[in-house]
Amino acid sequence: MKGKYVSETILKMLLLLFAVTILSFILITKAPIDPLTSYIGSESTLSPAARQQIADYWGLNQPLVQRYFTWLGNIFRGDFGMSITYKRPVIDVIGERFSASLVLMLLAWLCSGVLGFFLGMASGKHKGSVFDKITQGFCLVLQSTPTFWIGILFLELFSVTLGWFPLGMSVPMGVLASQVTLGDRMYHLFLPFFTLTVISLGKITLYTRQKYIEEMNNDYILFAKARGESSRQILNRHIMRNIALPAVTVQFASFSELFGGMTLAETVFSYPGIGTATTAAATHGDVPLLLGITLFSALFVFTGNLIANLLYGVLDPRMREGALHA
Amino acid sequence: MPELALKKPKRRSAVQILHLNTRTRILISIIIAALYIGIVFIWGVSMGPSNYAIDYGAKLQAPSASHIFGTDYMGRDMLARSVKGMSTSLVIGLVAAVISSIIGLLLGIASAVIGGKFDKVVLWLVDLCMGLPHLVLLILISVMLGKGMKGVMIGVALTHWPELTRIIRAEVMQVRSSQYVQAAYRMGESRFTVARRHIIPHVIPVYLVGLLLLFPHAIMHEASITFLGFGLPPDSPAIGVILSESMRYIASGKWWLALFPGILLLLTVIFFQIIGDDLKELLNPTTGNL
Repeated sequence: MKGKYVSETILKMLLLLFAVTILSFILITKAPIDPLTSYIGSESTLSPAARQQIADYWGLNQPLVQRYFTWLGNIFRGDFGMSITYKRPVIDVIGERFSASLVLMLLAWLCSGVLGFFLGMASGKHKGSVFDKITQGFCLVLQSTPTFWIGILFLELFSVTLGWFPLGMSVPMGVLASQVTLGDRMYHLFLPFFTLTVISLGKITLYTRQKYIEEMNNDYILFAKARGESSRQILNRHIMRNIALPAVTVQFASFSELFGGMTLAETVFSYPGIGTATTAAATHGDVPLLLGITLFSALFVFTGNLIANLLYGVLDPRMREGALHA
Repeated sequence: MPELALKKPKRRSAVQILHLNTRTRILISIIIAALYIGIVFIWGVSMGPSNYAIDYGAKLQAPSASHIFGTDYMGRDMLARSVKGMSTSLVIGLVAAVISSIIGLLLGIASAVIGGKFDKVVLWLVDLCMGLPHLVLLILISVMLGKGMKGVMIGVALTHWPELTRIIRAEVMQVRSSQYVQAAYRMGESRFTVARRHIIPHVIPVYLVGLLLLFPHAIMHEASITFLGFGLPPDSPAIGVILSESMRYIASGKWWLALFPGILLLLTVIFFQIIGDDLKELLNPTTGNL
């Protein structure tokens, strides 16, 4: 039964991913971007006849459905085309950029998750206190703060005024790639990471706090207290176990927001990751790269949702039992 | 119920000090929030371009009495530009959120009422829409429509319905399966009467709160998309444009270019959030009368 749930969930995700390829293909091909113009530049002296020839060669005049299947077929063979912006194969650009962003996202994701969880627990534990009020207010403000604005403020404060961190990029300027140390990378990563962590903190903290209060109101907690369990015991034996799973699930399901936040943070700090590549591709009408990034970003969100769904279905004993009885 | 017994005296003391109950407190906070948004909106909409005219004599001035928010590299008054930009964002957010919420309302009700295959398709569409990172989907739609005001407005309108659809669908399903609705059917009430008397009064508050809570998202996404360069054109007064321009002057320490317009945006978003949350509390009979 467990296996069936897992396979069904994965199948559903694959179907959705397939639909995403159709959706993004339609959106991009309907855009007022002429692939030919963006490839050869708008000041080319190419004759209309030559243009026609290239368009025929590329299959730009074929019906949409046929073009879609040509593209999809190529993708299955691992050929994502050439990026116009970077003059390199799309898959290489994505590989390099995504790994740079993945480090950033994972670090921020972990930090905001752990920090938010404990902050939420502490806030829920001292419900109504000054500490709780401040945390709540802080989180509400964070949730309403635009990522790029807080990024700009951090840049102004830490890089310009205090001079603690560099103004952007991922490596120091004028240094050979082979001489860039891990320390350099970390130094450049810190501010985008910090921005993304702070911005993601609000949601998980408020969620954990809410859950904590809900759990504490349960009758079994009252019974545990009556049995003489100490607050530490109640926390470790009941509360933690019941909050940890939904909190982790929420954190996994937030990959979409994480990606959006990362795109904005990377733009502010001109960090060469997948976010800046996305905006560059969209600005330059780089269709192959944009399609590739769309697909991989969807894959990223789907992975998060898949893990969230599986965690719920497999780890939660109630869901497991429910699946058995159904 | 030990929680309740503990809570009561605390609440009473707060009421005694301020002489306010929840209802008055909520009303006051809603009035303050609405006042702020209303002032920014009316001021911005009624403002002509002469208020933020170019004046090279007053380039990049720090905040002062005559320019509270300072001036930019063309000597334009930042307060006027920010307010004008904020009002544009409000208009876009308003239109987009209304369209989005209507899509959500119709799909949610239809999904719950028709059920079966249609329901499955709607849920699948919701999953599909949420499967792409929201920002990427916004960029794609905006680029497809040739950017500009139209692109960003339609983009925001088309990407904010899934969550509301889910909420309304769940609400309608819950009301439909409740005993009094079943009883009404047994008493021979027509579907139309049941919908008008029992289902719509339940869905309307949920819808209104959902609509209000869409505004902050819509406004933030408009600003983000404009900031990235896929929204309003760079020559228009928009918060996204202003903040994107401010990036060029960070290194030279022109802090006011980013700080004040951002605060204006932040306050707008927070106030919408407050109105939405408060209304939710007020419209819910179990929390609204404490």
